Amino acid sequence: MVMKPSPKMLLKIEDLSVYYDKHQALKNIKLSVRANGITALMGPSGCGKSTFLRAINRMHELYDSIRLEGSIRLESHDIDLLASNTPVEWVRTHIGMVFQKPNPFPKTIFENVAYGLKIQGVTNKTELEDKVQKALESAGLWKEAKDRLQKNAFTLSGGQQQRLCIARALAPQPEVLLMDEPTSALDPVSTQVIEELIMSLCEEMSIVLVTHNMHQARRVSNDVAFLYLGELLENGTTEEVFANPKHETTRSYLLGSIG
Amino acid sequence: MKALISSQQRRAKIYARIFVTAAFAVLGLSLLVLVLLFADLVMQGLPRLSTAFLTSFPSRFPEQAGILSAWVGSLCVVLLCMLFAIPVGIATAVYLEEYMNKSWYNSWIEICLGNLAGVPSIIYGLMALGLFVYQFDLGASVLTAGLTLSLLVLPIVIVSARESIRNVPDNLKEAAYALGASKLQMLRHHQIPYAQSGIFTGVILSLSRALGETAPLLTIGALTFIAFLPQTPFQDTFPWINFNWLGDPYTVLPIQLFNWTSRPQTEFHQNAAAASLILVTLTVLLNLTAIVLRNRSRRKYQW
Repeated sequence: MVMKPSPKMLLKIEDLSVYYDKHQALKNIKLSVRANGITALMGPSGCGKSTFLRAINRMHELYDSIRLEGSIRLESHDIDLLASNTPVEWVRTHIGMVFQKPNPFPKTIFENVAYGLKIQGVTNKTELEDKVQKALESAGLWKEAKDRLQKNAFTLSGGQQQRLCIARALAPQPEVLLMDEPTSALDPVSTQVIEELIMSLCEEMSIVLVTHNMHQARRVSNDVAFLYLGELLENGTTEEVFANPKHETTRSYLLGSIG
Repeated sequence: MKALISSQQRRAKIYARIFVTAAFAVLGLSLLVLVLLFADLVMQGLPRLSTAFLTSFPSRFPEQAGILSAWVGSLCVVLLCMLFAIPVGIATAVYLEEYMNKSWYNSWIEICLGNLAGVPSIIYGLMALGLFVYQFDLGASVLTAGLTLSLLVLPIVIVSARESIRNVPDNLKEAAYALGASKLQMLRHHQIPYAQSGIFTGVILSLSRALGETAPLLTIGALTFIAFLPQTPFQDTFPWINFNWLGDPYTVLPIQLFNWTSRPQTEFHQNAAAASLILVTLTVLLNLTAIVLRNRSRRKYQW
C-alpha cells in the first residue's frame, strides 16, 4: 500500500438490506468506509458485492422489483443517501460509478467526459475544456487522447475505454467512486495501469472497489469487507484480514478452498 | 479406404448443398420477375415521359394528359402523413417501452399493434370516412388523407421504434443514470439518438407503404380527375405562410394510375406505365433519403 489512509469515515452504512422480490440478497449490512481510502468488497460470485455497490448510488431504483432498507450516511454532508427526500441525481453526482465492462457512450471522447458536467448545467466552454482535461489527466488518459478528443470513444482500446469511463466518472468531482470489478474485462497490462490509477485516485476521494480477485484486493486496498451469501462475514484493514482472518469461511476463501 | 466422415455426415453435407442451391434459385426467380416487370414498365412508359408529362394536368386527350396534380398530391399527403406519424409513433414507443409498467396490459397493447399493422387498409379508409370526413367535418381534403395514412402506418412506426429503443444496451443507459442524468435526459441524450437508425428503418417501410396506398384514399374521397393544385402555402403578407392547402381536394399517383388503366384506350395505358415509373422513382428517392439519414446516424452512434 502506498499511502496511509485517513482515519475519518465518509460513508456509514447501517442495516442495509436489499430484496429482489421476496429473495433477500443482502442481510443487514453494517460497514463504514474511510475517507481517502480504498475499500475492497470481495467474495465469491453471487455473494451480493455488486448489489451492495449499486445500493450506494441507488442504481437499484431503475428496476421495479428491487427494494432497499436501511441507511447510508454521507458524513461530509450529513445526509442519508437512501432517504426518499434526497434527490437521486444529487446522490449520483456526489457518488461516481465505474462499471465492469467499459461502457463509453458512442460519442466523442470529449462528449463522454463532459457529459456529467453538461447535465449539471456547465455550459462555459473553457470551464468544460479545463475540467475535461483535468479528468483525463487524473485518469492517465490525457497524453493518449489529447489529439483525438473529437474521435468516437470506440476508437480507443478496451483498457483506454475503461480509463475513459473513469475520467467520465471523475469529471463531476465525486467524493466517492464506486468501481464494479473494473478490470475483469481487461488484459493484465491494462489491469496494472488501472490498479495504479486507483491507488493514485484515493488521495482525493474514497473508493469502494468490488473485486472477486482476492490478489487484487490485497494489492490495492486499505480495507476489505468479505461478503458471503448476502452477509458481511468480516471486515477490517487489508493487512489484518489477510494475515489473520477471524472467520472460518474467510480463511477458506483466502486459501482458495471455496469461491 | 475407411471414410473420414460417417454416411450421416455426408448426407447432411449433401442436404446443405441442396438447400443453398434451392434458396439461390428462388432468389433468382423472384429477381427475374421483378426485372421483367420493370422492363415492361420502362418499354411502355419511357416514350411517354417528358417534362410536359410532369407539368400537365390530366386531360381527356391521352397525349395531353399529365400527372402534375397527382405527384404534387402524393408528396403533400405523404409528407403530412410522416409529420403526424413520426412524432406520435416515437412518443408512443418511448412511453410503452420506458414509462409504462411491464404488465399484461402492455403486452396486450403490443399484440394489438401487431394486428393493426395487418388490418386491410380499406378498413382504415372506412374508419377515416366516419371519423375525419363526417365527424370532424374535414371533408375530402389533403389533411384527411394525411391523417388517414398516418393512422395506417402508425403501428409499423411504433413497433419498429419500440424494438430499436429496447435494443439500446442497458449498460449505456446505466452509464448515463450513474452520472446523475434524469430519465428524460437519458432518453433525449442517449436512448433515442442511439435508436435512431432503427427508427428510420420503420419510417422507410411506412413511407413506401403510404406512397402506394390507394384503397383508403378512394373511400375518403380522393378525386380521380383534378385539374388544379392545392393552394401554395406562401403568401405576400404576414405571416407569409398559410395552411389553406390542407383543406384542398387532391389526388395521388396510384389513383391516377388506377384511373388510366381502367380506360379502354391503349394510349392511356402508356400514360399509366409512365406514371408508374414516376411512382417507382419517387418511392426510391424518398427511401434513399431515409436510408442516407439512417446510415449517417448509424455511423455516428456505433458501439
